Amino acid sequence: MNQHTDAVKLQLTEEGQLRHFLTTEGLSRELLTEILNTANSFADMSAQAVKKVPLLRGKTVVNLFFENSTRTRSTFELAAKRLSADVLNLDISTSATSKGESLKDTLRNLEAMASDMFVVRHPDSGAPHFIAQHVTPNVAIINAGDGQHAHPTQAMLDMLTIRRHKGDFSELKVAIVGDILHSRVARSQIYALNTLGAAEVRVIGPKTLLPHHIESLGAKVYYDLAAGLQDVDVVIMLRLQTERMVSAFLPSQGEFYKLYGLTRERLAGAKPDAIVMHPGPINRGVEIESEVADGAQSLILKQVGYGIATRMAVMSMAMSGQATQAAAG
Amino acid sequence: MKVHIRGGRLIDPANKTDANLDLFIEDGKVVAQGDAPKGFVADQLIDAEGQIVCPGFVDLQAHLREPGFTQKGNIGSESAAAAAGGVTTLCCPPTTLPVMDSVAVVQLVQERAAEVGLTRVLPLAALTKGLEGEQLSNMVSLKEAGCVALSNARKPIKSNQTLLRCLEYLATYDLLMFVQPQDYELSKNGCAHDGQMATVLGLPGIPEAAETLDLARYLLLAEQTGARLHVGQLSTAHSLQMIADARSRGVKVTADVAIHHLLLTDENLENYDSAYHLIPPLRGTRDREGLLKVLEEGGIQALCSDHQPQDAAAKDAPFSATEPGMTGLQTLLPLSLRLVEQGRVSLNQMIALLTRGPAEVLGIERGQLGVGAEADVCIFAPEQLWTLNEETCVSKGLNTPYMNSTLKGRVNYTLLAGRVVFQAEQAH
Repeated sequence: MNQHTDAVKLQLTEEGQLRHFLTTEGLSRELLTEILNTANSFADMSAQAVKKVPLLRGKTVVNLFFENSTRTRSTFELAAKRLSADVLNLDISTSATSKGESLKDTLRNLEAMASDMFVVRHPDSGAPHFIAQHVTPNVAIINAGDGQHAHPTQAMLDMLTIRRHKGDFSELKVAIVGDILHSRVARSQIYALNTLGAAEVRVIGPKTLLPHHIESLGAKVYYDLAAGLQDVDVVIMLRLQTERMVSAFLPSQGEFYKLYGLTRERLAGAKPDAIVMHPGPINRGVEIESEVADGAQSLILKQVGYGIATRMAVMSMAMSGQATQAAAG
Repeated sequence: MKVHIRGGRLIDPANKTDANLDLFIEDGKVVAQGDAPKGFVADQLIDAEGQIVCPGFVDLQAHLREPGFTQKGNIGSESAAAAAGGVTTLCCPPTTLPVMDSVAVVQLVQERAAEVGLTRVLPLAALTKGLEGEQLSNMVSLKEAGCVALSNARKPIKSNQTLLRCLEYLATYDLLMFVQPQDYELSKNGCAHDGQMATVLGLPGIPEAAETLDLARYLLLAEQTGARLHVGQLSTAHSLQMIADARSRGVKVTADVAIHHLLLTDENLENYDSAYHLIPPLRGTRDREGLLKVLEEGGIQALCSDHQPQDAAAKDAPFSATEPGMTGLQTLLPLSLRLVEQGRVSLNQMIALLTRGPAEVLGIERGQLGVGAEADVCIFAPEQLWTLNEETCVSKGLNTPYMNSTLKGRVNYTLLAGRVVFQAEQAH
């Protein structure tokens, strides 16, 4: 498959700086590393007494959520506040914007408030892309999750978690387990891991929960959890939505847990120092055993903290990209 | 009124004509080819030097959007687009509002089309009331009112029992049904081919089986009932193989493909460009190659535009929230000529696929220019370049990925029953 040059172009300035953050696909290793370096310094900073930096002082960030997510929205809000931005939270039910006409109208209204950045979550794949194409120049778009397409900040916070605990990517075997089909996180992780040079990326699940042609994105498919976890350094568990049972993707939670639930016993098949991650919120006893979720190898709570640092990094980088672009243009 | 079309290359596949012959028209009918009939004095002389003169095109699927969706197009605007595209006969589907399931709506469409007078409009009436897939429409009355065939568009007939009865009823009166196979459940949330691109873009997919599975029940029930089917706008080679098999068993079935399915693939979706949001979806390179192979082998009876004009708002949204379809009447010829340029079909075969082929599907006496035929004529310059843009696009729908592209092959005149209904600007 060709690189999606238009998408890549859309999120970069002419000099290759980030100006929107829509997807991890097609971004260079240098750029992803820069995001991680920046996020890493913010992560260290958040341990200090003074947590705020003035990078986005005087800027207005609008959290534009067309789909509910208190957790993601809160971390974006906190990240923006730590960058000294003014934050406006807007929860917009999709019923009011079932037509693109009104999505564009919504956009025009918000632009009139002189916003500088939109953090967008939307149930339609490609919606942040659409907004980035139609927004006035110098407004940055950060994708906070679109349909089944991408969730790049979540993927990057996972990369930061891996890097801080495992160091170099080049030796790492990473397994992503569960509902890959409905997971925008998994797609963004697969791109980021491959670009950062991970030795192997595996996806593990039943065929009903694996997208067709997922291997073309750079992932090796496993249907058997034990085989898939063999010798991996990183295990990423995905959340299983209970409505998947109703729509016949799975017979029952019980059977899913029996086949793909991460227990201490199963985890023992991975490398002894393997780490366990989960984008949250976790379903104990559905995809992961409590003892594993709370165990020594689990980094699930650390991920939340890294989430704020990663979002600060992406927001400050995109804003600076927009400023460079504006100065040049 | 007497018209003399002079100096063109006359290609009329139905009569196996391909020669430099003048065409003489009187009272709307072809009266002679080659030499003028005795005493013929033309009222109008059309210079077709260096151009192709062929029967006007017969398009098996073009949405006119009237009544009900006139923000997208109307019989006037879309008939004008047809004339500009060399299309002199078209079939319009029953997906109007109200649905074309009554004689009244059929008559309304016919009267408006006659009033406009730029192309022949053959309505496809609803097979079931309200297209709801439950109660049979008054098929015989609709046929008598002038419908050329019956269709349930892409609305599901969920019950096989109902479908069986529809086909039995059709077969009783030898009525033709247009089928656009699409399994309801397998396609209901989808907006892209269920391939690699859909996975990359996170778009809900529509698998090939959505088409083949639905087609299979139609073919089996047609075989059982003897009903006549025409299957339209297919997207997979597998479907065409199934049709070829059914034909070899004596099932009365024909097939067409929309021209863009022979030229585009799902790779075009890469930038979430809603102009490529089509139903059936653009499929992979292998499917496109498969369709082309069947085309070369003669397994496709007609090419159509599947013209679907949309208003700007319908296409101006995130991909999956947009409405499917592209405007296509004016690009039917230039896109078909690409198949000739690519060596897939000869020019004569291409013209047959746009004229005699679809006319035979419908069983109508169009798509040919023998002496005595209605003089529906298209005159085009196959090498002439032109640009499709907001000014040259006649349809109300500007929704086509070919907007602002330079196209090769231009219609310079269209005649309907000997009357010039379209004349290109510099052809004056």
